[in-house]
Amino acid sequence: MGKFSKTGKREMPALNTSSLPDLIFTLLFFFMIVTTMREVTLKVEFKVPQATELEKLEKKSLVTFIYVGKPTAEFRAKLGDESRIQLNDSYAEVAEIQDYIIGERASMKEEDQPQMTVSLKVDKDTKMGIVTDIKEALRKAYALKINYSAQLRQ
Amino acid sequence: MAKGNRKVPDINSSSTADIAFLLLIFFLITTSMDTDRGLARRLPPPPDKEQKDQSDKVKQRNVLEVFLNKDDQLMCGGEYITIGQLRDKAKEFIDNPNNDETKPEKHSIQVPFFGNVMVTEKHVISLRCDRGTSYKAYIAVQNDLVGAYNDLRDKLAQEKWGKNYLDLNEDQQKAIREIYPQKISEAEPKKYGEKK
Repeated sequence: MGKFSKTGKREMPALNTSSLPDLIFTLLFFFMIVTTMREVTLKVEFKVPQATELEKLEKKSLVTFIYVGKPTAEFRAKLGDESRIQLNDSYAEVAEIQDYIIGERASMKEEDQPQMTVSLKVDKDTKMGIVTDIKEALRKAYALKINYSAQLRQ
Repeated sequence: MAKGNRKVPDINSSSTADIAFLLLIFFLITTSMDTDRGLARRLPPPPDKEQKDQSDKVKQRNVLEVFLNKDDQLMCGGEYITIGQLRDKAKEFIDNPNNDETKPEKHSIQVPFFGNVMVTEKHVISLRCDRGTSYKAYIAVQNDLVGAYNDLRDKLAQEKWGKNYLDLNEDQQKAIREIYPQKISEAEPKKYGEKK
């Protein structure tokens, strides 16, 4: 049974790692492709409601976001608990939405403009009053395609 | 002086993996994989005077009034119901299978693939809420109304082609949309709750 006896001289062969960079690069490319960078820093907290009949929001470049929710902790002392609207990087009032939408639309390609979608990311505990005001403003700005952001209910 | 057979030394590539790892980790962190989903809706264009005259002509039997009050209680067609009942109620209203007098009237229209079909094309579901209604309840109602349409469309698609509505091709979907057109009107809310 000398076969199994350890002589101590034998060494573990080094693992060939020359293909490791290739593997990592493959993963890297995958993540580079699927990445969409978040463009705005959120100043409101929101948890979108749950629903079952959802549609996917396609073509990110055609979508404009409006966030509604309570101010985040650092702003709460100054602004209170009342739900606020966020457009781009700052808080806004309902009256500013119309100009914002028109501005966003002007920055799109002309053939894309009719397909413009506004995604409403609204906290589930918001009162409908503020949402209705936003809807009215969107109607006036002729941004009629909207999408109530929601999570899939399991 | 130089000898012709001198080799170029290999570049040490053992750190490529580390560099790639760094980049990988950066992209891993910045990635937001969540695909945005939501309930797609179309708002009516801004109101003008002509439109107002039209909306008055809609007959009472063609309208299903859904109302949410400030305490998230649901009223549908004049009676209090729970959210679970809404979907069936909406389906019955849209489809009107027994040609009920109080449900929307049916008209015969020509639809590709189906021929002449009796369709409740004039029906409207009018959704109204209070300024104090919570967004959560509003979305739940919207969801069930859209769900009612999806159920009816799926049922018809199953009967005709044995597939779900979403798996049909463009023309077939269009035909089904003609039979069950989605008509949800989101009226401006009234301030019932907040005034005291």
